Amino acid sequence: MTSIIPVESLKTKPFRVDPSEAPTADIREALFELEEAGEIIVQRVPEPYVEVMTKYGRTKKIPLGQTWHHKSCGQCGHIPGYSTAIFWLTRKLGYDYLDPKDQTSCTAWNYYASATSNVAAQGGVAMRNFAAAYETGYFPIIHCGTSYGHYKEVRQEIVHHGDVREKVRDIMSKLGKPLVMPEEIVHYSEWVHAVRDQIAQHQVRDFSDIVACVHPACHYYKLIQEDAIYDPDIYGGQRTATVSGLILALGAEVADYSTFFDCCGFGFRHILVSRDFSRSFATMRKIEVMKEEANPDVVITHDTGCVTTLDKSQFAPQAHGRNVGVPVMSDAQFAALAMGAHPYRVCQLHWHSTDYRPLLEKMGIDWEAAWIEFEKDLKRLEANEIEYLTWEDVDG
Amino acid sequence: MSRAAPATTFAQRPGATLAPRAYEDVPYEEKLALWEEVKADPRFPDYLYGCYECGICVAACPSARFYDFSPRKIAQAAAREDVELIFEQMNDDVWNCSQCFSCDRCPRQNSPGGLITILREVAVRHGLASSQEALEGYGRVVYKIMTTGTQVSPDMLQPDAFPDWGPDVKEVSDQLDLWRRALPPETLHTTSTGWEVSEKTLLELYLIWHYSDVMDMIEEVDEGLHMIILDVMEETLEEAGYEI
Ligand code: SF4
Ligand code: SF4
Repeated sequence: MTSIIPVESLKTKPFRVDPSEAPTADIREALFELEEAGEIIVQRVPEPYVEVMTKYGRTKKIPLGQTWHHKSCGQCGHIPGYSTAIFWLTRKLGYDYLDPKDQTSCTAWNYYASATSNVAAQGGVAMRNFAAAYETGYFPIIHCGTSYGHYKEVRQEIVHHGDVREKVRDIMSKLGKPLVMPEEIVHYSEWVHAVRDQIAQHQVRDFSDIVACVHPACHYYKLIQEDAIYDPDIYGGQRTATVSGLILALGAEVADYSTFFDCCGFGFRHILVSRDFSRSFATMRKIEVMKEEANPDVVITHDTGCVTTLDKSQFAPQAHGRNVGVPVMSDAQFAALAMGAHPYRVCQLHWHSTDYRPLLEKMGIDWEAAWIEFEKDLKRLEANEIEYLTWEDVDG
Repeated sequence: MSRAAPATTFAQRPGATLAPRAYEDVPYEEKLALWEEVKADPRFPDYLYGCYECGICVAACPSARFYDFSPRKIAQAAAREDVELIFEQMNDDVWNCSQCFSCDRCPRQNSPGGLITILREVAVRHGLASSQEALEGYGRVVYKIMTTGTQVSPDMLQPDAFPDWGPDVKEVSDQLDLWRRALPPETLHTTSTGWEVSEKTLLELYLIWHYSDVMDMIEEVDEGLHMIILDVMEETLEEAGYEI
């Protein structure tokens, strides 16, 4: 067995950071300077918000409500229970939000896969979406880890390179839109982290027997690292606190494993056209290591590609007798299940591949009864008694 | 720093190159021009500060585990301005990268993954044969994202496209219309896009493609794909009263 960094020892001497010694300048200050010079509009985080600590000890504001949900292609397309759970949590906690049609993908999955784009186009797509949010008065909250990482890159390019800023401004003016940047770039999992105690207060299912391994998303905490949330009380402040903080708040166990920092194997182009790589990496560097070292009931992650790769890659390796078979879901789906969400109407687990039923049983969920309920919904839809399943149907 | 005289390059000293010389038939000037374009990218100075050759990036790199691939070699070749080797990497290596940015933990503050993004972009812009090859089979994804504004759609989940994902893919694809209607968020009832994108939004996206030189890049790597995307864009824009 590989020796792993003892997480317990990290907790005994929490790592405290001094923001005045941060290795990077605070980009928000540069943004406000640009705003003062009349170059850009900075959309402020609406109140109420929660203040959290980021990697270098700075404070970041996470809005609670009035959020404009920047959806994710892969979540909406292939794991729709992911997006549905985010909306369901927001509704259950009573926060106002918008699910806009005036939103495109960030197009970064394609960019990291094929490079068939450029700085100006990527900046244009990002700033169009931000301007669309600004027009509504709602603040962007980003569902995809890659959109979040990429938009931070775009922010760097627009703030630090006057020529890029001019090019993008020119495109925006042709669309009749101003150049607007949100004060903070916020990932939905940061919102989940910020409201984790509220989620725990609404918890109706006991998770104390559940052991979870966390896979942190590379584009969340490696790509422009300084925006990610850290907390001295979680991993002693030495790993991002997002996701792990939620699992702990719900009373489940976070089990460590030695390849925590490895990526999932998604690879952007690989998952679409070279999946032998994605599959091998997900199996041999993530799932098998987790099983061997921690034997978790579930893998919890917070990005589109990670859920897809870690879940779907577990089918084929069974033919080779590999040690796989751990269900994968997002923090939002995990939190929703804790709060009593329906595994099919809300979490839409029938879109997932690796067997999640033993996990549901451990959570005290009668998945057979839940599936019968959902099948009744499907019959009503098939008979055109209802056009769509609505939020009212879900909550009823 | 811009060098016109190739005589001083590392790779040109006999025996000094890190790899056997490939692509000898391509004139040095062409390779140099591509390298100059990489260096002219506004992001380049933020992605390379030199290289300690410590290999930390390699230890973190998923692609290095399964391919003959090394972010350290990419950073070194760039730091040494080894034009020959960079050209070789642009052809043979860059498409192995997973773009995970695990290598951003570089103690020199380099971003080998970011360098690779630029190298790929320049390769595509010049239609290098290797980039055309790397993008073979990927055209439908480019078409989807550029024309619909969402990259993957529910109807892409076809068993013949994802046989290795198991029998559930067939189940999803068989039940697709029904299962999409069983989603409470109103924007998710679509099957050919991830969510419902408004027409006005799509027009704005097409204008962004039009006003940046993305369409020229597509033309370099796949003329057929370029024509199809252009047709869709022009028709929609013209209907909306735009003269392109
Ligand atoms: S971005 Fe590319 S080079 Fe860097 S660690 Fe990931 S796969 Fe390796
Ligand atoms: S981590 Fe940085 S300094 Fe070390 S080899 Fe890689 S690029 Fe060079």
